[in-house]
Amino acid sequence: MAGTVLFFVFAGFAIACALSTVYHRNPLYSAVSLIGVFISLSCIYVTLAAPFIAAVQILIYAGAIMVLVIFVIMLLNLDEEKPYRRLNYLYALGGFLGIVLLAQTFFVFVAVNKTPKHTVAQDETVGKTLSIGANMYTEYLLPVEIVGVLLLMAIIGGVILVRRLNQPELELVVHNESEKRHFEQ
Amino acid sequence: MEPSLASYLALSGILFAIGATGVIFKRNAIGMFMCIELMLNAVNLTFVAFSRYYSDVTGQLFVFMVMSVAAAEAAVGLGIIIAFFRNRVSVDVDDASILKN
Repeated sequence: MAGTVLFFVFAGFAIACALSTVYHRNPLYSAVSLIGVFISLSCIYVTLAAPFIAAVQILIYAGAIMVLVIFVIMLLNLDEEKPYRRLNYLYALGGFLGIVLLAQTFFVFVAVNKTPKHTVAQDETVGKTLSIGANMYTEYLLPVEIVGVLLLMAIIGGVILVRRLNQPELELVVHNESEKRHFEQ
Repeated sequence: MEPSLASYLALSGILFAIGATGVIFKRNAIGMFMCIELMLNAVNLTFVAFSRYYSDVTGQLFVFMVMSVAAAEAAVGLGIIIAFFRNRVSVDVDDASILKN
């Protein structure tokens, strides 16, 4: 009973925060709402007996990724989005896509509820750090290695993308930009 | 009594729908990026729910992979946003349509 109550509390909080992420025009408010989604999902993972994933969710998502996002928002000093949009049909398209996905969710909910209860012997070690680590370095060694290479590629790519321009390139960028602004006025 | 598998799938589906709608509604590149993270999290919830239901640890391992990919995506995606901001002094995706002309 307590599990159900906790699930509905955190599910409601997650959905409210997700809606607020999409609703707010200020990217900083969106980012803070998204942290609310991550934390409530982490609590739901605890009720699903996955403490390792819950801890990693807080560490990687709420800790690392969102700090990076907020850092970039601060660095770029972003304004609020302008409400005007040239491509108005995109709103209709987005609303339609959302309704289709929600309808699909509803059908999945009904279909899964209709299937006969499938009982598996609950293994209490699943989800503990020990079982995850043991599987990660035996059965799933290759994916883990591939993820390592992927992270290395991401590091190199990130460094190359945001490296400082040398002086002639920098002057060219500034010159182009000032000409463009002059032209717009 | 625990909530059924269907309720976890429903929550995941709702979060995914919100994220997908947000990607289209947002015009800010960082906002779109955050909506993509929301969709990735919705899929992670499905993985963990099935992992619990079938008592199999594979689902949780794949959540770990998805998180690593999300971290790599964050590094490269934000790098692209910064590079774009340097060139255009904006993160509005409508300003990224220079190839169209």
